Amino acid sequence: MSTIVSLPDQSTARLPKVSYLNKEYGLKSWLLTGDHKRIAMLYLISITFFFFIGGAMAALIRMELLTPPSDLLAADTYNKVFTAHGLIMVFFFLVPSVPATIGNFLIPIMVGAKDLAFPKINLLSWYLYIAAGTLMICVLTFGGVDTGWTFTTPLSTHYLNTNVVSAGLAVFIAGFSSIFTGLNFIVTIHRMRAPGMTWFRLPLFVWSHYAASILMVLGTPVLAITLVLVVLERTIGIGVFDPTKGGDPLLFQHLFWFYSHPAVYIMILPGMGVISEVISTFSRKRVFGYTAVAFSSVAIAVFGFFVWAHHMFIMGISNYSALVFSLLTMLVAVPSAIKIFNWSATLYKGSITFETPMLYAFGFLGLFTIGGLTGVFLGTLGMDIHLTETYFIVAHFHFVMVGGMLMAFLAGVHFWWPKMTGRMYPESVSKLAAVITFVGFVLTFFPQFVLGYLGMPRRYAAYPPEFQVLNVFSSAGATVLGVGYLLPMLYLTWSLKYGKIAGPNPWQATGLEWQIQSPPLTENFEETPIVTHEAYDYEWLESRKGSEVPTVG
Amino acid sequence: MQHFISPVLWQFLIHWLTNFAIFPPEASTIAPYADALYFFLVFISIVGLAAVALLVVTFSIRYRKEVSPHATQIEGSTLLEATWTIIPLILFMISFVWGALLYFRIYSPPPNAMNIYVVGKQWMWKIEHPGGQHEINALHIPIDQPVQLTMISQDVFHSFSIPAFRVKREVIPGRYNTVWFEATKPGVYHLFCTQYCGTLHSQMIGWVYAMTPQDYQAWAAGSTSGNSLAQNGERLFASLGCNSCHNSTPNAHGPNLGKVYGSRVQLTNGQFITVDGAFLRDTILNPTLHEVAGFAPIMPTYQGQVSEEGLIDLVEYIKRLDSQYRIEQTIENSAQQPVQTGTSPSGTSAPELAPGMVKQ
Repeated sequence: MSTIVSLPDQSTARLPKVSYLNKEYGLKSWLLTGDHKRIAMLYLISITFFFFIGGAMAALIRMELLTPPSDLLAADTYNKVFTAHGLIMVFFFLVPSVPATIGNFLIPIMVGAKDLAFPKINLLSWYLYIAAGTLMICVLTFGGVDTGWTFTTPLSTHYLNTNVVSAGLAVFIAGFSSIFTGLNFIVTIHRMRAPGMTWFRLPLFVWSHYAASILMVLGTPVLAITLVLVVLERTIGIGVFDPTKGGDPLLFQHLFWFYSHPAVYIMILPGMGVISEVISTFSRKRVFGYTAVAFSSVAIAVFGFFVWAHHMFIMGISNYSALVFSLLTMLVAVPSAIKIFNWSATLYKGSITFETPMLYAFGFLGLFTIGGLTGVFLGTLGMDIHLTETYFIVAHFHFVMVGGMLMAFLAGVHFWWPKMTGRMYPESVSKLAAVITFVGFVLTFFPQFVLGYLGMPRRYAAYPPEFQVLNVFSSAGATVLGVGYLLPMLYLTWSLKYGKIAGPNPWQATGLEWQIQSPPLTENFEETPIVTHEAYDYEWLESRKGSEVPTVG
Repeated sequence: MQHFISPVLWQFLIHWLTNFAIFPPEASTIAPYADALYFFLVFISIVGLAAVALLVVTFSIRYRKEVSPHATQIEGSTLLEATWTIIPLILFMISFVWGALLYFRIYSPPPNAMNIYVVGKQWMWKIEHPGGQHEINALHIPIDQPVQLTMISQDVFHSFSIPAFRVKREVIPGRYNTVWFEATKPGVYHLFCTQYCGTLHSQMIGWVYAMTPQDYQAWAAGSTSGNSLAQNGERLFASLGCNSCHNSTPNAHGPNLGKVYGSRVQLTNGQFITVDGAFLRDTILNPTLHEVAGFAPIMPTYQGQVSEEGLIDLVEYIKRLDSQYRIEQTIENSAQQPVQTGTSPSGTSAPELAPGMVKQ
């Protein structure tokens, strides 16, 4: 299989003398940096840390579920473990994963700017994330919390004596980290595009981050308000959600899902941006139907705000509002379908190579398609009654979030690794890791669809013995999946010192980020670039052959 | 194969692989409808996935770099994009309509359904049959008879799920939610709480016993506690002093409750409202929520004084108060035998009980 990697001659290859990595030295130069690339690196290290904590929790869950009774973990420990898994993975890994790391690193470069609009707010965002993360670790260390990541009232407000308030506070703070990231992206994309970089010359990665940022800025405050209400209800008993005080427990569900449904689009949209870049680059073709893909991101963001009650079809909302929310849910599925087909069509008449990021992207296409289509099962009213709150939900969510988002994240990390570090990852072992991840993933989560249709409820520490076979498959798959995630951790760390030197554009990709040195200078561009070509213009790339990007002045 | 892996493991695998189900039993009138929709959705998923897989695999083979060293740039195609917008949209709309029809079928109980009350609490299901049978984590029902469950939680959110019947409904504090089904096959089926409700969530499970009508009659006769819910409610009605105002005399302070269940009453704001269990429960706990026209808002709240089971008893009692004679009897009885007496003699004049209900 051929590749497009055109590495510089290794005997003469040198890393650039000055880059953002070696401009300054010392811990202080990192902790007080305003450089979006350094902040992205700080984020990358922190979210990896949280990913492995959340992953360890998942490992405990799967080990417990190997046998029907709750024998490895007591019921309340199990509840704390799955709550910790959910809180950490959702708020400390998935929400910041692509935007705060890859997005932070690339959005300014892709639009041709020196940095994000508000570098200090960007740093503040990381500190808030760390503060929230530290608080969350303390919560888990000192007693834990067992509300589930959904904080359902009145369980969370009146019936638990675990650290609900501090866990809520941690998520509250993490929310502001996310709002600041979104705000920075919106302002940067609006105001700091280089001359000639029109909206329709932006890479699709930027479009999808723009859509996700709107969701972050508009949705997260609602989560913050909801958590404040939960905390007030718990501490001073204000009675907004408590029916004995005239409150409405369903109101909590409405408020929580008003954020948490758009939140899944906050998580998946940036991943979709990665997939657009990767598929275009490795098929050497402009993304099929650029405008449709760009607008489908915006459509997902807009419709995403109006489907929240599909989490509540069995809760006793009126049948007619259920109809409306089901219909809107069907509509939000369409832009995702458009994206999938447009990515597939991008391959047509391309010149395709199969580097690791492309393998992850193919994994994304397959798993996200299954995840999306099973979402239609759940949006279908009568079917949702049987499937909701079972393992079908768990499987669907993990297909979209792990099969979709995590595959996209790994595709992105591998794709831009040469840009971020200046060095290549080892190609064959990383291909192996991509395949292992895919196989492990399917083995882990596919049996859960079947379990769900059989009726196995989620969040059960113990389950009836007839569900054991499928649970054993799932736990076996989780082991394989664990190997798939540990491998990149090891070889990427290895490559920091021993990886081959990448040169500025190993993939022969068209984005502005590939026209500058790897790793980039602190100010990204020596001079402000002028953009004269469309996104994904491979003919332009061939015609310029090594000459510099045109610049202002 | 046996030669390659350990015989023990082989036996283990064989045993397992021949002993696990892929579909739950179809044991209600709704189950076949739900499964039909499920198969349709599985079918469109397979078609969708196959389409994507076919495109990706075919293009990956035909346009790999060895075969296709130069890419041909294509901007897009409105026609193609419209096609793959409209076809999924049509399929999604079919499942929307189909799902909506099923949803209305599952959540619209037939008028002849027999009613059973369910109270959820951490971590058990308490089932109250109007005939006075009380069960915990077990539900006995007759087959071929629509059964409606009126459910409420006395603490956190729970969810009542019977996978074999393909029905499920959230059981939440502060309001009645209902679900109905008609079992078709005698058998014992799982009953799960599917909404995470705290430490022993996974222990909040039980069994549904679907029985032939004869078996059910025998079970009901043998399991009654002696007092129907309405009889319990009657005593509670008297002991709480409800009849001091709701006594249907011409100058009574409260509305006449005879035949009130199912009727439409006018509120002080001019609105009309149909009296059902939820309305009665609300007015007992929070009388100012719905003020009935023509009466002064003087009723005190009974919040915290009556348990959910007690409220069910009261609702069931008021539901059966369908004659003026009956309420007069009640007043007489409560005058004769004040609080906490045995069964009421007025039971003999009680309206005809629903089929399957047992009175002493």
